[in-house]
Formats: sequence, structure tokens, C-alpha cells
Amino acid sequence: MSMTAAVGDAHADPHHIGLVVEHPGPAPKRIVTAYGFWVFLLSDIVMFSCFFAAYAVLVSQTAGGPKGSEIFEQRNVAIETVCLLLSSFTCGMASIAADVRNRFWFYLGMAVTCVLGLIFLAIEFREFADLVARGYGPSRSAFLTAFFSLVGCHGLHVSAGVLWLLTMMAQVFAKGFRADVLRRMMCFALFWHALDIIWVGVFSVVYLLGGGS
Amino acid sequence: MLGKLDWSAIPFDQPIPLIAGAVVLVAILAVLIWVVVKGHLPYLWNEWITSVDHKRIGVMYILLASVMLLRGGSDAIMMRIQQAIAYQSQGYLPPEHYNQIFSAHGTIMIFFVAMPFVIGLMNLVVPLQLGVRDVAFPTLNSVGFWLTATGALLVNLSLVIGEFARTGWLAFPPLSELSYSPGVGVDYYAWSLQISGVGTLVAGINLVTTVLKLRTRGMNYLRMPMFCWTTLASNLLIVAAFPILTATLAMLLLDRYLGFHFFTNEAGGNVMMFMNLIWAWGHPEVYILVLPAFGIFSEVVSTFSGKALFGYRSMVLATMAICVISFMVWLHHFFTMGAGPDVNAIFGIASMIIAVPTGVKIYNWLFTMYGGRIRFATPMLWAVGFMVTFIIGGLTGVLVAVPPADFMLHNSMFLVAHFHNVIIGGVLFGAFAGFEYWFPKAFGFRLDERWGKLAFWFTFTGFYVTFVPLYVAGMLGMTRRMQHYDVAEWRPWMIVAAVGMAMLSIGVICQIMQLVVSIRNREALRDRTGDPWDGRSLEWATSSPPPVFNFAFDPDVRGEDVYWNMKVRARQQSLEHEEPEYHDIEMPRNSPTGFVCAFFATIMGFALIWHIWWMVILGGIGAFATFVVFAWRDHDEYVIPAAEVAAIDRVNLEERRSLVSMAGAV
Repeated sequence: MSMTAAVGDAHADPHHIGLVVEHPGPAPKRIVTAYGFWVFLLSDIVMFSCFFAAYAVLVSQTAGGPKGSEIFEQRNVAIETVCLLLSSFTCGMASIAADVRNRFWFYLGMAVTCVLGLIFLAIEFREFADLVARGYGPSRSAFLTAFFSLVGCHGLHVSAGVLWLLTMMAQVFAKGFRADVLRRMMCFALFWHALDIIWVGVFSVVYLLGGGS
Repeated sequence: MLGKLDWSAIPFDQPIPLIAGAVVLVAILAVLIWVVVKGHLPYLWNEWITSVDHKRIGVMYILLASVMLLRGGSDAIMMRIQQAIAYQSQGYLPPEHYNQIFSAHGTIMIFFVAMPFVIGLMNLVVPLQLGVRDVAFPTLNSVGFWLTATGALLVNLSLVIGEFARTGWLAFPPLSELSYSPGVGVDYYAWSLQISGVGTLVAGINLVTTVLKLRTRGMNYLRMPMFCWTTLASNLLIVAAFPILTATLAMLLLDRYLGFHFFTNEAGGNVMMFMNLIWAWGHPEVYILVLPAFGIFSEVVSTFSGKALFGYRSMVLATMAICVISFMVWLHHFFTMGAGPDVNAIFGIASMIIAVPTGVKIYNWLFTMYGGRIRFATPMLWAVGFMVTFIIGGLTGVLVAVPPADFMLHNSMFLVAHFHNVIIGGVLFGAFAGFEYWFPKAFGFRLDERWGKLAFWFTFTGFYVTFVPLYVAGMLGMTRRMQHYDVAEWRPWMIVAAVGMAMLSIGVICQIMQLVVSIRNREALRDRTGDPWDGRSLEWATSSPPPVFNFAFDPDVRGEDVYWNMKVRARQQSLEHEEPEYHDIEMPRNSPTGFVCAFFATIMGFALIWHIWWMVILGGIGAFATFVVFAWRDHDEYVIPAAEVAAIDRVNLEERRSLVSMAGAV
């Protein structure tokens, strides 16, 4: 073993600035959970980006069917957007209520979030059903395929979010504001806000850009 | 009631899959009966199936990969035999069966051999190297493993119930669309990859979070062992790339199930969009597999040369450079699409640039060996074999990165030889090196060196005998995936390749023998020190196999090569150890969530494949209910009292002290 002395500490200060920044060790559980969920959200956004890309590629492939401007109803989309943005606010209120352990405001905030989410879903469902009834279903053209998939993928996420929301309410009802419940609540809030961000993308790329032309 | 499923799904007229399936079924039944009769079921359930211990999960990943390696290897043997005899004849495999075999071979080898093998090794080793007790999300880790197993199960199920895809391992449309592949083969392919893809994503998130947020005190980024860096890079790629695969396969499935027009020829669908999307995942995937292998070689080369890794920082930079550039080269998989000279040139240059950081790595390994006291143990043999083989594969890769050359070699046997050259020579050799290197850590005894070396030499030479002829055949104009051919010049090369395949098979048999012999002689091969290779990183600082909590107290991290420095310090301080103060340790409880969840995922996947809609709903509800039950439990941790920790650790310290004093005396 021909190792010389003074190994080890030599590398702690690589730039010889006399300052050794030691890594403090594992992060607390709350941070780790939120961090992991952020990483998941990023991956989810990558998945959405594929549907956005597919939409961009296929948007002009109407195959004799309708263009976006012929089927989009700006009024409905405006209501949807208001619902979703408001629900983010109420979801934020519920998070704050959870942090201060206030059950009443937590339930109220979550309930309003849920109702707004359901209104959003109802409008979207009606839009879809109406299009299908007019013969403009996803099999009509590649454009409609991409449209239904992108918007529908977001809608599926909102549906899953509503299911999660109800489960969270039930869990707070059954278990109270336990540490793990609060961590889950934080993840749920992140999820719900991320859906909002994606909706802003959908709103801009699909409805604003498509509605004008 | 049962959707598309009826008795015609069982291939009674095809003896090969039926017999193979029957043998597997009998084997599984025999093992199950043996387990139940011998009373091992509670042990298996409590200690393995429901385990959330990262080491156990890692071992199960590797076991899954090994079993699937045999399956994928059987496919390879069948293909080599077919091409050796199918000159101006139909051979012994009818086209529809042959097409399933090469599709299954590719799918299995990438998704169910290479992926679980490297994820298993990362799971096993990374928390130990970082000096922590477990990964960030232990239960999720178990879910990820079992979902991967579900995917593997569905692929194997297609052997006897229905059929597998005949479309190649990436199921290019329009061939994979309903109009050209009306059977359930593509559905088996897509759903098993969707389910195991979720498992992979979960593993990726878990390991990224573990490396970034869970490192022990003092484990600064630039003190992490190289394997942790490559794990980080690889898992960042998983998180960024696997959602693309999920989205792409979802689009294909929407086309097939609901009449959408993403990739169809009609109604404005765009086939080339599939190529772009799938390779935007597919090329990073190559690096997802090979980066951990690079990490393993870094550990192995440095340990067996008795030196710190040469150019550690350049290695980190090279790893992260590969991580980024790997997303900028996907188009080189289809230069022939005709995107024009400008686009092709850019992607060609990017593909050549990515060879630069890889070259940096090779030089670093060589300089690590230079002047070192090299021990040619089996892991080191795999590492040296890798360097030679991977350079050849890399050079042929740079060759096909030149668009004009690629136009000649696209979809030829040359290409087949190239990617086997890098995947076998890089990933598989890496996986075997890691297996040999960390086996003593996982089980507490070494593997038999004689059989290990035999396995290496048969695999190494067998690889060249198999794949050099494929390079030649490709140069002679032979395209890939041919069920039969009429060109006399190709024939001899196919026969040589079949001989090579036989040598590779002997290599695999040697490896199985190694395992059998080693388990038999485990008392003689026992390693009590926890440090059989004179290792450098923290995983060697704990006993073998490590206790469930890995480390009794936080390791003292003051630089790179943490454990090596500890040993040096221990010698200098003439072994005056104080007994550390032990504390209670909280560990996550075992949970059947992963297994139950995968059970429902299997039901759901099977039902989706066969259009049994009520069963799909049932499976979905079951999976959701599993998560709710998991979320509802009140105690997710248990405490190991300090006294127990101390008792376990004292034994380990005692063994280790004798090791250090022995080495000091020499």
C-alpha cells in the first residue's frame, strides 16, 4: 500500500479558497417527497410536449374535415379557463388551510376546487360529445385526432386530479392532518397547479392560435 | 364476455411455442410446488416479495433480467440457426413465427434484460455508495419492480396465448397499425411496454431523487463515486425520455383501438412522426443503458488497478455531456427519411461529437490502469474486454453516423452487428462485470473465479465469432430480418455466426455453472470482511450482505474514494477505534403494495389486449384501491433498537479490524 499521507482532506477544498462546503446530509422527508414529485411532474410535462408536438405536426392535416376555427367556441373555452384558474386559487387556499390545520377552510377550499374541476370537465365533455355528434370525432382527420388527444389527455389528468382530491378529503376526514397526509396534500397541490400551466399551453396553442386562422 | 379471446388463441398447430410454453409452465409449477411444500412461502413473501429494501429489490431486478436473458437468448439461437440453414429454402421457422421471434428478441433484450439488469445494479449499489439507508421512496421502488415484472410476464404470455408482434422491436407503423397487424401481437407489445414503462419511470424518479437529495453528510457532488454520477445521468435520461415512449405508444394504441389517425396512411396521419418520436426516446435509451455500464467499469478499473480513477472531473463532465448530447442525435436512425443534406449533416456531426466524451472515458480508464498494480479478477476481465470491443463498436458507429455511408448500410446486417457490438460489448459486459463485482456484497460470498473466467473467454470470443461475420454479410449487402435468402456468398458467414452463437451459449452455461458451483462452495468462498476486492467506495465499508439499515452510523465522508481513505487513516492511527455511539434506526415497513398493484396491472393489461372491458375496469378499480389502502395505513416505519444495531455492527467492525491489521502487517 503506497498511499501517501494527507489523502482525504486534500479534496474537500478543490479550489484552495479556504472554504469547505460540506454537504449537510439527507434532506428532510417533506423536501424529498416534494422534490420527487416535481421530477414526476417534469416527466409528465415531457409527455404532454409529445402531444403538443403531434398537434403541431398534424394541425393542418384536416383531410377535408373542419379546421380549428370552424369548431372552437371561444366562449366555452373562456369559461373553462376561468374555472381552472380559479380552482388553482381555491386549491392554494386549501393548502394554506391544511398548513394551519383548519379543517373547515380545508374542506371548503377542496370542495370548491372539486366543483370548478367538475364544471371544467362537464364543459369539455359537452364540447367533445357535440363534435362527435356532428361527425367530427377523432377518426375524422389527423387534426381532430391530435386535438382530441391533447385536450383529452389534459382532461384525463383533471379527472384523475378530481379523484385524488376526493381521496385527499376522505383521508383528512379519516386521519386528520398527519405528516404523510400533509405531504400528499402538497403533491396534490403541485399536480393541480401543473395542470393549470399545461392548460395555459393548450389554451394558447390550440384555441388561441387555432381560433384566429 | 371474454372479448377477442377464444380457443383459437392457443397455437395448437405450432409445436415450438407450445412446447416451450409447456416447459416454462411446468418449471414454474414445479418451483411453486417446491416452495409451498418446503414451507418457503412465508419467507419468500415476507423477505422478498413484499420487501422494500433496495438491496432485495435490486437482486430481484437482476434475477428477472437473468431469466429473461435466457428467453431472449433462446430467440437469438433460433434466429441464428434459421439463417444458417435458410439458404434457398424456408428453413425451419415459417415467416410469421420468425418475425415474432426477432421482434420478441429485441423487445426482451432491451426492456426486460438490459433495463432491469442496470436498474437492479443501481438499486443495489447506489444507496450504499451514497452512505444512506434506502432509496427516496422505498415502496414505490417495489411498485416499479413489480410493474416491470408484469411487462415481462405479458410478453411471455404471448408465447402461448395469442401471438407476439411481428413488427420488429419498435413496431413501426403503418405495419403496426390495425390494417396490417390485425392480431393481438402489437397490443401485447405495446401494453407490456406501457406497464413496464411506468415501472421504469418510477425507478428513474426514485434514483434521481435519491442521488440529488439523500446523500449522506459530507458526500458532496464531486465526492460521489463515478457509478453514482452515471446513475444520475442515466436516470435523468429515464425521466426525460420514457414519457416520450409512453406518449408514442399511447398514440399507436389510440390508432389501433379507437381509429385515431396519428400514424395511419389515411386522413392525414404522419408515419414519420412515429419515427421521430420513438427515436427521440430510443437514442437516449441507448445511453440510459450504457452510462451505468460506464460507471461500473469506472469502479472496477479503479479498484482492480489499486488507483484512484484518473481524470475524475473529466469523467463527470463527459458523463453529463453524453447525457445532454444524447437528446440531439435521434435523427441518425433514419437518415434515409430524406430530411435533406443540411438536417442530415447536423445530426451526423452531433453523432460524431458524442463519440468525443466517450473517447475521453476510454482514455481515463486506460490512464487509470497505467502504472497501477492490476489484478485480473473476473470483473476486470470484463472491463478490459469491454474496452477493446466497445472501441470497435464505437468506430463502426462513427462510420454509420456519416449520412452517405448510412444510406448504403441502413437496415443492413452491418447495422445489426454495430448495435450488438455496443450493446453486448458495452451494456452486457458491464452488467456481467457489475454482477461479478458486487455479488459478494449482496450475498456475502465470492463467485468462483475459474468458471467466471471461462464464461468471460467463451462470451468474449463467441461475441466476435458471431458478429464479425454479420459485419461482413452487411458489407455484402445482406439486409436485416431475413427469413430466407438466395445469395450464396452470405451463407458461409451465417454458418460461422451460428457457431459463434453456440460459443456464446457455452458462455451462458459457464455463468450458470459459476453460480451453481459458488453456491455449493459458499462456505469456502465466504467473505467476512465485507471488502473482498480491497474496494474504494462506501459500499465496501459495511458487512456483506449489508444489514437492512446498511450503515449503523453515518459514514465519515471527507473526500473522494471514501472507504479507501478510511482504511488509510485507520492504518495511520494504528487502529485506535472508539466505539461509536449507536442510535435507534427507523426503517420503512415492508408492503405488499407493489405486488398487489402489479397483480391488478397484469389483469388490466391482459384484459386490454383482449378487449375484455369489464376486466379492465375491475383491474383499474383494484389498482386504485391498493393505493388507497396503502395511503390509509397508520404505521409505515418500524424501529430497530440501538442495542440491536450495536450488536450487528460490532461483529462487522471486529472482522474489519482484523482485515486492516492484516493488510497493515503486509
